[in-house]
Amino acid sequence: MLTNLFDGFAYGMLLFVLACGLAVTLGLMNLVNLAHGAFAMAGGYVCMILVNRHGVPFFAGLPIAFIVCAALGVVAERLLYTHIYRRSHLDQVLFCIGLIFMVDAVVDYFQGPQQQFINIPDFLKDRFEFLGVSVGAYRLLIIGVCGLIAVSLQLVLTRTRFGSRLRAAVDDRRVARGMGINVDLVFMLTFAVGSGLAGLGGALGAEILGLDPTFPLKYMIYFLIVVTVGGTASITGPFLASLLLGVADVAGKYYIPDFGAFVIYTVMILVLIWRPQGLFGRVATR
Amino acid sequence: MTTQRIATLRLQAVGLHDRLSAWHWSEYLFWVLVAASYFLFPSRHLLMNEIAILALFSLSLDLILGYAGVISLGHAAFFGLGAYTAGIITKFGVTDPLIGLGCATLAATALGLATSFLALRGSDLTRLMVTLGVALVLYEIANRLGWLTGGADGLQGMDVGPILGFDFDIFGAVANAYSLIVLFVLFLIARRVVHSPFGWSLRAIRDNPLRAAAIGVPVRGRLVAVYTLGAAYAGVAGALLAQTTQFASLDVLAFHRSADVLLMVTIGGVGYLYGGLIGALVFKIMQDTLSNLTPQYWEFWIGLVLVVLVLGGRDWLERLAALVARRTRPGAGR
Repeated sequence: MLTNLFDGFAYGMLLFVLACGLAVTLGLMNLVNLAHGAFAMAGGYVCMILVNRHGVPFFAGLPIAFIVCAALGVVAERLLYTHIYRRSHLDQVLFCIGLIFMVDAVVDYFQGPQQQFINIPDFLKDRFEFLGVSVGAYRLLIIGVCGLIAVSLQLVLTRTRFGSRLRAAVDDRRVARGMGINVDLVFMLTFAVGSGLAGLGGALGAEILGLDPTFPLKYMIYFLIVVTVGGTASITGPFLASLLLGVADVAGKYYIPDFGAFVIYTVMILVLIWRPQGLFGRVATR
Repeated sequence: MTTQRIATLRLQAVGLHDRLSAWHWSEYLFWVLVAASYFLFPSRHLLMNEIAILALFSLSLDLILGYAGVISLGHAAFFGLGAYTAGIITKFGVTDPLIGLGCATLAATALGLATSFLALRGSDLTRLMVTLGVALVLYEIANRLGWLTGGADGLQGMDVGPILGFDFDIFGAVANAYSLIVLFVLFLIARRVVHSPFGWSLRAIRDNPLRAAAIGVPVRGRLVAVYTLGAAYAGVAGALLAQTTQFASLDVLAFHRSADVLLMVTIGGVGYLYGGLIGALVFKIMQDTLSNLTPQYWEFWIGLVLVVLVLGGRDWLERLAALVARRTRPGAGR
């Protein structure tokens, strides 16, 4: 019971790190970036190639995955996404689906369609008992890293000047611009950090979520649920939504394996009937 | 005085409506070409059959996307349900294709109605998630109910009887005629619907739901109605596919179906009914050519087409038509 809760917790934390970038881009630029998962996959592959083929230590691979994906995010934002901010949601969706298809095929071409595994250090594969709960070392690491990220994101958002600029831009882009905030710069940085975090999440989560060219499609629905249920007004909304989703998914797969995959959809539908605008705060509707 | 004024207004409205819904000569030409293609390419019946089915599928999406502005990422749910219903029913001894078609339509309509209340809640993002979720749930169900659907192996051994006395042949001549006729009939109905006051109210909702509500359009009811109609059309398309290929597999519910149909409608242009039909034709030919060139990586090129289409503007067909019209009109050169 507690073990499941723990695993679900780790899973949820991971989902949060993967999806928080999406929540912010959606709130900030009203951009439905369905291709967000592609950055996560990129992070996973970068880490896998470095660790497995070039002998880079796993703990060095993670930050490199973050940096590479953040750089990729900046490039993609400046070259591609900047053209579709002001387009309709339909355009954005089509664009992102196209992007996903291309990324899928490219990864398939260079790395093959099979599942990839990152060689994690042996001590992370251990499980130990703690107060009667069977704790996996790797999951503990995930909770540690993701928890740290969540706390620092919250601090940056609420305590720094950049955070207040970001929040102002999310609340009202035009007024924020009128107040002299360089919204484009704020957005580029946010996009970069969001993509980087997705990459880190992808690298960290390859062990649990798997890593293959279909990754962006497979987890698209999870990201969407996190963002719609959590809303985009804050970091806490998506965070709680991720935890809920993670725990529900793991518990569902464990206790009712026959209906495992349906549990999250049931949760999603119930939440939507109860609160169409998401559990926590508003969802961008502009 | 007022009654007279109202009468004139009504007359004007009727005149405007008649003018807007009148058949253009190019529409006649389009359908003549479709009919001609049936006799001109007898060796391509199987391909054309598939194109006709995809055309019907994109027509169904155009109804809800082009006219009502609802983005769906899971339109394959209805297509797949139609296909499986038409397939499964033959297992219970109902081999008549038209009855199968009717049952599939009913099933898809019911699902469309049931999910419309969810799918039409909230913002675009919520819609994306719900439509995608519904399709995924259906995929899972079809996968799990192996005893009924054949699971991952697909529904084997469908036994479809003759259609109005014609047996389905291996060259697909009967199948193609069947699909084309169903497509044409449903197209006529769709054309009637979108040119009715109901159809105009949909466009009002698409352009501005708030204003539409303000002038007294029951926004929610209309959206539910058109979503259900679109679902029914998609169900028919799925049933046609299952009946004419005598096979249904999980592929009919897969995400790429939903994405493909979005692409088709986009290629042809949304909101004028023919977009889906033209898009299906272009898409299928493109897919055929590409998958012959690179069987494994054709997805890349499809993706590239989508990205270029969005960046370059989705109205390329419209602009091309305008260009042709300007060139062909005498004395149009400035």
